[in-house]
Amino acid sequence: MTTFLQATVAGLSLASIYMLLALGFVIIYKSMQVLSFAHPAIMLFAAYMVSWFSIDKQLNFWLALALGVVAAGTLGWLSERIAVRPMIGKPLFAIAILTIGLDIAIRTPINNLIGINIRSVGDPWGFGTWQVGGVVVQHRAVAMIVTAFIVGSLLFAFFRYSRVGLAMRATAIDQEVALAQGISVGRIFSLAWIMAGAMAALAGTFASSDLSGLSQSTYIVALKALPAIVVGGLDSIGGAVVGALIIGLAEAYTATYQSQHLSFLGGNFSQVVPYLVLLVVLLIKPYGLFGTEEVERV
Amino acid sequence: MRGRPNLFTRYEADAGIFPSNTQRVWFVIGLLAVAALPIWLPRDWMILIATAFIASVGVIGLNLITGYAGQVSLGHAFFLGIGAYAGAALGGVATDRVTGLGLDILIWLPAAGLAAGLVGAIIAPVAVRLRGLYLAFLTLGLVFLGEHIFREWDSVTGGPGIGREPAELSLLGWRFDLDGTIGGFDVTREQQIYWLGLVVLIFMGFMAKNLVRSRIGRAFAAIRDRDIAAEVMGIDLTRYKVLAFAVSSFYAGVAGALLFTVTGFVNTASFNLLLSINYIAMVVIGGAASIAGSIMGAAFLTLLPRMIDAAGDVLPFLEVGSQGILSTSQLERVIFGVLIIAFLIFEPMGLYGIWIRIRNYWKAWPFSY
Repeated sequence: MTTFLQATVAGLSLASIYMLLALGFVIIYKSMQVLSFAHPAIMLFAAYMVSWFSIDKQLNFWLALALGVVAAGTLGWLSERIAVRPMIGKPLFAIAILTIGLDIAIRTPINNLIGINIRSVGDPWGFGTWQVGGVVVQHRAVAMIVTAFIVGSLLFAFFRYSRVGLAMRATAIDQEVALAQGISVGRIFSLAWIMAGAMAALAGTFASSDLSGLSQSTYIVALKALPAIVVGGLDSIGGAVVGALIIGLAEAYTATYQSQHLSFLGGNFSQVVPYLVLLVVLLIKPYGLFGTEEVERV
Repeated sequence: MRGRPNLFTRYEADAGIFPSNTQRVWFVIGLLAVAALPIWLPRDWMILIATAFIASVGVIGLNLITGYAGQVSLGHAFFLGIGAYAGAALGGVATDRVTGLGLDILIWLPAAGLAAGLVGAIIAPVAVRLRGLYLAFLTLGLVFLGEHIFREWDSVTGGPGIGREPAELSLLGWRFDLDGTIGGFDVTREQQIYWLGLVVLIFMGFMAKNLVRSRIGRAFAAIRDRDIAAEVMGIDLTRYKVLAFAVSSFYAGVAGALLFTVTGFVNTASFNLLLSINYIAMVVIGGAASIAGSIMGAAFLTLLPRMIDAAGDVLPFLEVGSQGILSTSQLERVIFGVLIIAFLIFEPMGLYGIWIRIRNYWKAWPFSY
C-alpha cells in the first residue's frame, strides 16, 4: 500500500508537469488550430534562463523564475509573430512541420549554452522531504502539485469570467465571427502563445528541479506531454488535465511495478508507456477522450 | 510530333514519364554523367553521394504517403529501422550475440522492404481511422515504441551502443563491399556502393513514378485533396490508405537496409524522431508530391553539412571552430531548422518548385509569360 501511495505521489507530480505543458498546447491549438512542436525548445529556453539568472547571476530564485516566465512568454510571442503568423490558413500539417523547424532552430543554440554538464535551476525545495504515514513526499512534489492546481484554477476562472477569456473562447469557436465582433484575433493568437510559453517555463523549471537537473535531454519531458493532450482530446482544456493525470500516473505506476511483474518488457519501459497509452486510446477513440469529433459535410 | 513537343494526341503520351524527347535525351545524358562521376570523385564524396541516393529512396517512400496520399507520417524512422534490422538479420553474419542468416542481397533487400511493408500494412488499419494531426501523433508514438523495441531486442539489433554488423553486400557471390576488378578495371568498394545505390534509386524511382501516374496514384491524390469527395467517387479509402502505408513502408525498409550497409554501423537510438523529422524536411525542401523533388531534397540535405564545411573554409566570417558560438554541426542544425521554416513560408513547392519556375522563365524568355 505504501508503495502504491508512493507511486501515486510520483505520478501526480509528473502529471502536474505534463498538465502545465498540455494546457499550453491546448490553448494554442484552440485559438489558432496549430499544434506547436516548438514547445520543447521554449521550455528548455525558459529553464535555462531560470538557471542562468539564479545560478550565474546569483538572483533570488523567485525573481529568476519570474524573469524566466517573462522570457519564455516573449519567445513564444516572437515565434508566433515571426514564423507562425505568415502560415495562417495553410494546411495544418505544414504549420506543424514549421514548428518542428522552429524547435530545431531555437533548441540548438540553447543546447550549446547548456553544455554537457547538468545544470541546476537553484530551486529552494532541494531534496527536502516530509514523511506522511510512511510515504516520503518531496517538497518539490508538493510545490509542483500546488502550482499546477493554482495555475489550472486560474486558467479556468480566466476563460470563464474575464473579458479576454471570453474573447479567446469566441476566437476558438470561429475566428471570422470573432473578428466581426471587434475582437483582435491577432492579439488573441499572441496571447495564446505567451500564456503557453509562460506555463512551459513553470513546467521546465519543475522538470529540471529533480535529481537529473537541467540537461540537453530535458526537452523529452515536453514531448511526453503530447500523449496527454491526445488522450484528452486536442481541443479540450479539461481533457488536457485528465490526459496529464492518466499519462503521469500510468508512467509512475509502470516505473514502480513493471520491473517486478512484467520485466520481459525491458528496462526503462515507463519512458514509452505514455506512447503506448496514446496508441491504445487512439485505437478506441480516434479523437481522444474529450475531443470534439469532426463532423464532415459533403 | 517533331517540332511540337507539347502537342499530345494520346492520353498515354500525356501521362508519360518523359513528355518530350528533349527530356528523354537530357535524362540519359544526366544519368551517364552521374554514373561516370565516381571515376574522378574522392572516396568520401562517393560514400556521401551514395548515401544521398539511398536516402532518396526513403524520401520517395515518405513522399508517396505524405505528398501524394496526404497522410502525415512522423513514423518513417520506425520503418527505416525495421528495414535496417530485417536486412541485417537476413543478410548479416551470425555471431554468438546476434542472429544472422548470411543470405544474398537479392533476398535480403526485398525481404527488408517486405518486412517493413508488412508492419506498415498491419498498423495501417488503425491509422486509417485517424485524420490529420491525430495520425501524426500515432506515428510519433510508433517511433518511440520502435526505439524501445530496437533497444530491447538485442539478439537482432545488438543492443544500444554496441550494435551489430550490417548485412553483407554480396550479389550471387560478388562482393560490393570489397575492392575488386571488373573487366580488367580496378573498382573500389566506394565506387561499387555508389553504382549500387544509383541502380536501386533508378529502379525504385521509376517504380514510384509509374505508381503515381496510374489509377492508384490518382486515387492517392484524390484522397489527399478531399477524402470525402474521393469516397463519393467510389475510391475505397481503407484499401488505398493501407496500400499507401504499405508501399511507403516498403520504400523505407529498402532504404533502411541499404543505409545500414553503407554506414556500417547504426546505434539503436538513431531511429528516433529526429530521423523522421530529417525525412520530413527532405520532402518539404525537395517538394511534396514530386519524385524528382524527393531526390533533390535528399541530395540537398545529405550534402548540406559538406557545403557548410566548405563555406566555412571560403568565408572567414563563418569561423565556426569549437571556440565559436556554434560548432559546425550546430550551425548545420540551425540552418536546417531555418530552411524548413523558410521553404514552408516562401516556397511550399520546394526545390522542385524553384526548378519549375526557372524552367518556365527560360521557356518564355524574353517575355515574362
